[in-house]
Amino acid sequence: MTATTPEGWLLVLALTLPAGAMLLAFVAGGRHAQRIALGALALWLVIAFAIALQVQRGGAPLAYLIGGWQPPLGMALRADGLSAAMLLTGAVVLLAVALFGRAPYATPRGAQETRAAYAYWCFLPALAASLAAAFLGGDLFNLFVALEMLTFTALALACLDGKPSQFKSELRYLLFALIGSVLYLLGAGLLYGAHGTLDIALLAGRTRADAPTLVAGALMTAGLIAKMALFPLHLWLPPAHAGAPAAASALLSGLVVKGAFVLLLRLWFWVLPAPVVLNGGTLLAALGAAAILIGSVVALRQERLKLLVAYSTVAQMGYLFLMFPLLAAGDAETASRAWLGGVLQAVSHALAKAAMFLGAGLIAASLGHDRVAALGGAARVMPITVIAFAMGGLSLMGLPPSGGFGAKWLLLRASVETGQWWWSLVILSGGLLTGGYVYRIVAAALAPPAPGCEARPVPRAQELCVLALALASILLGLVPLKDLGLVRVGAP
Amino acid sequence: MTAGLLLDLLLALAVLGTAAWTLAARSQFAAVIGFVVTGLLLTLVWVRLGAVDVALTEAAIGAGATGVILLYVVARLRGGEAEISAATPSRAQRALAALLALSVGGALAYGVLSLPDPAPSLAEAALAGTAPLGLGNPVSAVLMAHRGLDTLLEAIVLVFAVLAVWSMAADHRWGGRPGPVFQREEHGPLSLLARILPPVGIVIGIYIAWVGADSPGGKFQGGTILAAMWVLPWIAGLVRPPSVTDWRLRLMIAIGPLTFLAVGLAGFVVAEGFLAYPPGFAKPLILLIEAAMTLSVAAALACLIAGPPERRRRA
Repeated sequence: MTATTPEGWLLVLALTLPAGAMLLAFVAGGRHAQRIALGALALWLVIAFAIALQVQRGGAPLAYLIGGWQPPLGMALRADGLSAAMLLTGAVVLLAVALFGRAPYATPRGAQETRAAYAYWCFLPALAASLAAAFLGGDLFNLFVALEMLTFTALALACLDGKPSQFKSELRYLLFALIGSVLYLLGAGLLYGAHGTLDIALLAGRTRADAPTLVAGALMTAGLIAKMALFPLHLWLPPAHAGAPAAASALLSGLVVKGAFVLLLRLWFWVLPAPVVLNGGTLLAALGAAAILIGSVVALRQERLKLLVAYSTVAQMGYLFLMFPLLAAGDAETASRAWLGGVLQAVSHALAKAAMFLGAGLIAASLGHDRVAALGGAARVMPITVIAFAMGGLSLMGLPPSGGFGAKWLLLRASVETGQWWWSLVILSGGLLTGGYVYRIVAAALAPPAPGCEARPVPRAQELCVLALALASILLGLVPLKDLGLVRVGAP
Repeated sequence: MTAGLLLDLLLALAVLGTAAWTLAARSQFAAVIGFVVTGLLLTLVWVRLGAVDVALTEAAIGAGATGVILLYVVARLRGGEAEISAATPSRAQRALAALLALSVGGALAYGVLSLPDPAPSLAEAALAGTAPLGLGNPVSAVLMAHRGLDTLLEAIVLVFAVLAVWSMAADHRWGGRPGPVFQREEHGPLSLLARILPPVGIVIGIYIAWVGADSPGGKFQGGTILAAMWVLPWIAGLVRPPSVTDWRLRLMIAIGPLTFLAVGLAGFVVAEGFLAYPPGFAKPLILLIEAAMTLSVAAALACLIAGPPERRRRA
């Protein structure tokens, strides 16, 4: 039985505030849309923080029964440590990106509304609402609606520049995303047919390794990993993320792919029975390992900065899959370590990658191109951006002190403790390869400018947004592990 | 019994046949027609399964609105042969897609055939929860109360979709009217139809939306019919859509989810919580939401069919 907890209304607020803001921004348009979006995103951060605080203090998940209807007939919103941590991450990244976008998507007083600005300020709160639905949803069909919200939002954000060339790669993304949605929906239907409920908490006690559950699990997993661009379904991601404007790329790579990740965790560690997780987890981790190695090698060979950062997303998403076999195989303490490592990787990658994409966007805007070989002089014109980019890179590499280090260290320990030492080889070589491509960029940016190269200065306010995100990804590594107990609340 | 079984068998074969025909069709136009026919046959399948609400939705959205959008796309693709052949998947890709579809289909069949019999169901619980809300249609009770959050979020997704379509416009066309301009037709069958059908169609659309509380029907089905009643005179050149920057159009698209959200939040004060209805007032509140949603569904679907603005804003 789920019951509404005293602070459960916070969950409703986290979902309805950005949704309502999006609708109001949609009607009001122009300068109002920007004000509404910025105000709502600031408030949303406060709500996300309050939820995290309540979960941490209470040591138990929050829940809210919609309309007072008890599952299985009704549905619940739930916030455990995973939801709270991801929600807070989403709120921090969205607010930073929103502040970053104030300059490029401004509507000056008296000026007519422009397409890109209107779409930007409507889709930021839209993304917040979509993420809230994905992170807080306690019902498999409700989560399907969240996936649809994420797909539309991601598509529109990626096409913000209105370049026809971008439409082509977005069409490919849409195809992958929609096939993923259909597979997920078919699986959810099968689970309902077999168990008579879509509520995750109820399913957790009912599923067995029977045919409908296995088929449903396979279909839903395939759909979700297509949305997360896990190797070998990753081909849509680099052009789709690299071709979008910087602010959109940061949101797509940092946050949107994490929505499907949370759903995958819910499916595997709540819905699917333990033996399936034990056997299937190794397959997921093997694909993840391939993503880490191949994604990093391909990133190393990229000539364009934004494509490089996009391929790095393919690699970094691979780390998220290493937690699956480690969680299933280890004792309670090791499992807890693997869980924390996986979630920490999702959080630190969101912060670091958002910083790196925004930084790459500033560099490209200043130099007028993003060829890695010709980045010389960038560090002189925009030292803050280059430092922030390098800090994000450190976190991706897993160097201390950074959130990425904490994540990779925990996963490494869990892999040794469960005797699955081969994953630690992947983690270490992935770190080395990441170091390679980050060094390539930073070294190029530190080089003296090529003759005839004219770099324009970039707005300081935008540089500070990038720095704030990069600092957050580093500072995450300074938080003592016991204070990250938030993530363990309600963990499987 | 045997007659029913025979009918079902024929229907199933017809659905499979038209689906195969759609896939094999040489021209895009023929494929779209095949798609619409498949959708209409599926409607009959839903009726045979006793899911009249689903049947109405399949007819309105699946066959109707989607069919119109696809026909429109076929018309717009004329003259782009080079691009189309470049984007057409190769034989190997098609074989791969067929293999994927077959394996998904096979796995699904295996899963469905091994479902427990009788299947666990919430039908009784939903039926029991319908009357206290003052409703007669359990489908409406599920959509508006038990799973109200799904419906609210779906309503919001519709706004996302309109905005996503609009945002594909070229920058310099922002502020223009959505879609292409149609020549005004003073004579001919289309012009006649566009003048005499809407009064009847609008009444039917509102009726379908209104009866949704107690019988099959509702906002999505009714709203689709209303949208069609606008699209028809639009294609005949009799009416023009308002500009995408017109706040009245935007309000019409957003009023449904805004009303739904407002009623939901009011539940915190006047009822037990979010999306709860105060006892005795459930039906009037649900009808209020449905009315606003019908308007929004109609406006949003019409905008989705018309597409992004294609002309410059007037100075």
